[in-house]
Amino acid sequence: MELADIINPNNLVYEKPKLLTENTMHYCPGCSHGVVHKLLAEVIEDLDIQEKTIGVSPVGCSVFAYNYIEIDWQEAAHGRAPAVATGIARTNPDKVVFTYQGDGDLASIGTAEILHACNRGENIVVIFINNGIYGMTGGQMAPTTLLGQITATTPNGRDAGRNGYPLKITELIAQLPGTSYVTRQSVHTPATIRRCKKAITKAFQAAMDKKGTSFVEVVSTCNMNWKMTPVKANEWMVENMFPFYKPGDLKDSSKTDPESYTPIKN
Amino acid sequence: MGELRLMKGNEVIAEAAIRCGCDGYFGYPITPQSEVMETLMDREPWNETGMVVLQAESEIASIHMVYGAAASGKKVLTSSSSPGISLMSEGISYLAGAELPCLIVNVQRGGPGLGTIQPSQADYFQSTKGGGHGDYRLIVLAPSSVQEMNDFVELGFQLAFKYRNPALILTDGVIGQMMEKVVLADFIPRATEEEIDQKRGSWVTNGRKPNRQRNIITSLEMDSGRMEQNNLRLQAKYDRMEEEDVLFEELQCEDADYLLVAFGSSSRICQKAVDQAREKGIKVGLLRPITLFPFPKKPIAALAKRVKGILVVEMNAGQMIEDVQLAAGNVLPVMHFGRMGGIIPSPGEVVDALEQKLIGG
Amino acid sequence: MAKVIGAVVVDNEECKGCGLCVVACPQDVLSQNKQVNSRGYHYSFMKTPEACIGCSNCATVCPDTCITVYRVKL
Repeated sequence: MELADIINPNNLVYEKPKLLTENTMHYCPGCSHGVVHKLLAEVIEDLDIQEKTIGVSPVGCSVFAYNYIEIDWQEAAHGRAPAVATGIARTNPDKVVFTYQGDGDLASIGTAEILHACNRGENIVVIFINNGIYGMTGGQMAPTTLLGQITATTPNGRDAGRNGYPLKITELIAQLPGTSYVTRQSVHTPATIRRCKKAITKAFQAAMDKKGTSFVEVVSTCNMNWKMTPVKANEWMVENMFPFYKPGDLKDSSKTDPESYTPIKN
Repeated sequence: MGELRLMKGNEVIAEAAIRCGCDGYFGYPITPQSEVMETLMDREPWNETGMVVLQAESEIASIHMVYGAAASGKKVLTSSSSPGISLMSEGISYLAGAELPCLIVNVQRGGPGLGTIQPSQADYFQSTKGGGHGDYRLIVLAPSSVQEMNDFVELGFQLAFKYRNPALILTDGVIGQMMEKVVLADFIPRATEEEIDQKRGSWVTNGRKPNRQRNIITSLEMDSGRMEQNNLRLQAKYDRMEEEDVLFEELQCEDADYLLVAFGSSSRICQKAVDQAREKGIKVGLLRPITLFPFPKKPIAALAKRVKGILVVEMNAGQMIEDVQLAAGNVLPVMHFGRMGGIIPSPGEVVDALEQKLIGG
Repeated sequence: MAKVIGAVVVDNEECKGCGLCVVACPQDVLSQNKQVNSRGYHYSFMKTPEACIGCSNCATVCPDTCITVYRVKL
């Protein structure tokens, strides 16, 4: 069979999701953001919620997330996306609201906003990209930078005495009664990407079912600032980040205690 | 004729917000304005109109909640006092940059820093010159009575929506805590989603409807040329405010030899000072800016040509005086009298200052 | 057992040459072109098209969504 016979609309098995815009992503080659954006577009499309979904983009590399998915977006100040999402979700209880935040945005400058939004159990989805570094500003130490990890502001490696410890914020968030689903995923292989899509789908479904906050951490790479090739960065992530940031569900109330959460009262 | 009540200024903000069809209030407790949120929580407007009231974890979160709700086309407000407004300055700059209508109430207390919980007018610069980063302005309304606290809530929203710009009610602990009779506004129903889409749908982010493009609310623009255009558009908007929406009040200015200029609670003191000075045979008038931005430059310029001197009375070290001097030009002495630290000047002190700084001098 | 053959189409101009698809392919079909696109990236191409089974792994891992996959069951 000739190639031309195979490349035929009838034989199509994978194409770009319709909700992704035609804009070329500004991310570096091999960046995890692109994969997570694609999954978000697929999930929103699959759930058919594009007309009632509002995304909140952060400050950081994904500040321009709004350029890539065909839905309404708001661009929040650094770290404030959970507060912005709260404002939307509380006054628009029939909408689906998600934030998309990096580790500097969520776990450093926006620590108060994320903890309190999760603790109130806002009906929102939080997508948390943890690559252990500040990408946009040129590779400085993030709250989630590993001990010993070299960054622009820890040129000799992160030292606990000088720089403090890496923050497992997802573990903190899993403690909060307002969250119903807290999970840690990755997008470095076809299998983990498919698993991550399931997790994002579950998170959106929980928000639509008014189950409180759903939180999906995606342990990611920043090959540019880690100064590695994209392939090498994935290997480094598996070897170094996974032992500390263990992939898997941290909390799933639908399995354990579905009645534990008091829904938001508007 | 609306309902007549005896109420505190802060309570009236809450009542007016419910009655004008607000969709939400987001706030954080701080003296001397905590009664705004307390009154709202006590009134339980979610049962009556569906209005959301949420106590946030900080002023920072409050203002960003306002950002999110306002960007979805909702009619929302927050309130705070001076140190809290400083915390909100980040969000206010983003609101102005993203051109979002909302209402912010600042019940001022003395500063700098933690300062005092007593009244002050020391946030004039912060309110009228922007306050946060970047070239922006707020529409600033300065009520001088509990009645105006009521009236300026809906007025503030009207102007905010007219210009797609945050509006600020700049008041202080005197008016926030003072009880006066007030005629409350009639109830306006909250806008439905259809009404929001019809009136504001060109920009709101409440879900991309099939009949429109997706909307993006942002203040970010990486292209310098386009960012300059954004700034020019904002400046043109502020110019239009100065053309169309300056509000002020003149009292006994017709035959005045001297002019007092004062806003908010200071203007109430100056009303009495005008009477006392006139009893002494000094012909004094009062000009009260109601909008501090846009500032009433033209009426001040006109009066500056007729009077012998101007005394600007403020509860600060001299802030609005700079705008009065700019408006008046170098044609007459413009002096300042103010108290700070939460001290409220008496009418007698104002008359003394007038005599010492302008008449005797 | 039914044989499956596939084909992938790479949008050469959108590809940033990250190489993630190359390692994701179980059949060693893809490689990075020695040529560069207009943005200077070594875009991916089917080095051994006959080995493709249309599993979509390459497209799944592609951060720039520049791979379309087709598959035929024989």
